Amino acid sequence: MDSNPNENIIEKVTNKEYEFGFVTDIETDFAPKGLNEDIIRLISAKKEEPEWLLEFRLKAYRHWLTIKQPTWAHLNIPPIDYQDIIYYAAPKKRKELQSLDEVDPELLDTFNKLGISLDEQKRLSGVAVDAVMDSTSVKTTFQDTLSKHGIIFMSFSEAVKQYPDLVKKYLGTVVPYTDNFFAALNSAVFSDGSFCYIPKGVRCPLELSTYFRINAANTGQFERTLIVAEEGAYVSYMEGCTAPQRDENQLHAAIVEIIAETDAEVKYSTVQNWYPGDKDGKGGIYNFVTKRGICRGDRSKISWTQVETGSAITWKYPSCILKGDDTTAEFYSVAVTNNYQQADTGTKMIHLGKNSRSTIISKGISAGYSQNSYRGLVRIAPNASNCRNFSQCDSLLLGDKCGAHTWPYIQCNNDTAILEHEATTSKISEDQLFYCNQRGIDTEKAIGLIVNGYAKDVLNKLPMEFAVEAQKLLSITLEGSVG
Amino acid sequence: MLFEIKNLHVSVGGKEILKGFNLSVNEGEIHAIMGPNGTGKSTLAAAITGRDGYEITEGEIWFKGKNIMEMSPADRANEGIFLSFQYPVEIPGVSIQNFMRTAINAKREYQGLPNMPMPEFIKMMKEKQAMVEITAKLQNRYVNVGFSGGEKKKNEIFQMAMLEPQLAILDETDSGLDIDALRIVANGVNQLHRDDNAFIVITHYQRLLDYIVPDFVHVMYDGRIVKSGDKSLALELEEKGYEWIKDTIL
Repeated sequence: MDSNPNENIIEKVTNKEYEFGFVTDIETDFAPKGLNEDIIRLISAKKEEPEWLLEFRLKAYRHWLTIKQPTWAHLNIPPIDYQDIIYYAAPKKRKELQSLDEVDPELLDTFNKLGISLDEQKRLSGVAVDAVMDSTSVKTTFQDTLSKHGIIFMSFSEAVKQYPDLVKKYLGTVVPYTDNFFAALNSAVFSDGSFCYIPKGVRCPLELSTYFRINAANTGQFERTLIVAEEGAYVSYMEGCTAPQRDENQLHAAIVEIIAETDAEVKYSTVQNWYPGDKDGKGGIYNFVTKRGICRGDRSKISWTQVETGSAITWKYPSCILKGDDTTAEFYSVAVTNNYQQADTGTKMIHLGKNSRSTIISKGISAGYSQNSYRGLVRIAPNASNCRNFSQCDSLLLGDKCGAHTWPYIQCNNDTAILEHEATTSKISEDQLFYCNQRGIDTEKAIGLIVNGYAKDVLNKLPMEFAVEAQKLLSITLEGSVG
Repeated sequence: MLFEIKNLHVSVGGKEILKGFNLSVNEGEIHAIMGPNGTGKSTLAAAITGRDGYEITEGEIWFKGKNIMEMSPADRANEGIFLSFQYPVEIPGVSIQNFMRTAINAKREYQGLPNMPMPEFIKMMKEKQAMVEITAKLQNRYVNVGFSGGEKKKNEIFQMAMLEPQLAILDETDSGLDIDALRIVANGVNQLHRDDNAFIVITHYQRLLDYIVPDFVHVMYDGRIVKSGDKSLALELEEKGYEWIKDTIL
């Protein structure tokens, strides 16, 4: 089906500002500013965590103290004062929430503004939502439907309480706290996130969705998502994010871990729309995220689809370890940068299993004064015979003040591999714009049309309700970028 | 009078290409504009449709009683001026259906109308593509991507049929067409021709005019019309060649 991206955009075209920039007035429970072992103990205590998890956090913290923030990305990152950040903020009044009536009305209003109704409407679209506001998971819908299938989908904190053994078994197995600076930080201070477990042979009947929202000022958000698909299981998972408009920068450092056992399949889709900062580059979210999945069992499959339009700085490489034989991994990405945004994003495909296959489709779109980089690694291990990778990295430039960069790395240690890499760089041509103009389509709409066409291969991979949102977002992000 | 150009002077990159061009077109008429290469035919089409880089230094363009020279290209299109491109442009990832829907709804928005309901749109697509003998499959292909020369031109005429312009300019629509495609394209134009619209057919050769019969034939040379007549002028031109025109005006 071909949906029309422009139909809904028209009314939005006049709205040039970040539309999710509101702040919700909710009583918030803060930890004091700064980071030390006491803060970590406080977070752990607030969440009534078991001893092993506190130990995990403290080990991560002590490791973090020994390492430096990485500098290899093509990003100009202003110094971050890690002692000037609040590491725990939660909406107050959070008791055991059994029904919607118990949720703070202000909070419900916020999620309504964001277009996420937490009520039963979602049943119609078949989406179960876990909403995370600042650091705490607010409400998970459709628990009943899911639990009938033995599916666990709940906030991370809740899972730690109810299924400590499962969490302990998988936590940090794909992204160890030693992985990198931001992973260590997250492992030390993560406050909530989502946990998802699909038992053997179960095909999850709903799209699962987590919505992240930073609300409080001076707060970092450090959520953690852990998805486990047991043998033969299937799940499609979506993640959305927004934040208020603020003059200061806010830090977001998340971890997502995915484990796919034999014959399991996990699809993970993200529409990242954190506040990108204003036209002059003031404010915006610093987005340092570690996402990795492992195709642990034979014939398992993991696919990442991301639409990145927000954040002042994005540092993010959703990756796959193809450990099992005959495994499949995919990475589909659209990254849009405008004004002074910077993005360094891409993927790593680590082929360990025989006959494993990976596909990388990356579409970068740069406008304004932004810098947009693709950074990718394809590695074929010595024993991984008959592997295949196809990579396509395209860059589209709007205007002549922005930058597009591509850093593809290939490490092939097995002669039987077939690796293909294609890359293009293009500009929206005057000819294309005039052709659209001559059909009555004004330049703003024409750019939306052309950009959405350019990104189509990726947008097609998104679940339906996300695709429509993403199409709108692409056009809105680029408003006023060609003048 | 539907359309009128008065003493039009157009420069491209500082070089004057049109040098006092005049043309009057009434509703229901078909005008053919012929002339050798480099005489300003495509510049004329670009200037009428408002393309960037074509600077009007003198003269006026009137359409339906409005001076359109200050209008944006999109507004001129939405007023009812259509250009069938000599070289239709590829737009990867954008299906013809999506493209047409966007165009039609842009026009309706311009006219203060709501979007066209989807069933009506689909029905219209079917009817119009049959007119130019386009298979339904073509509709899901991306605009002009991987099209043959003939398919591109048929697609232009299809778009024209969808948008129902009051003034259609066909810029070298016959170039690169085999005889079958030429006949299909011409049939499409003839079916669309009504009492309340008009066509300007820009062509090198008279063979297109065997199928689209013009009411007037104008011969352009060096940026202006140097000779006008009825369809017999095209035949005479074909027989005697453009050298004959040069000789008659010098």
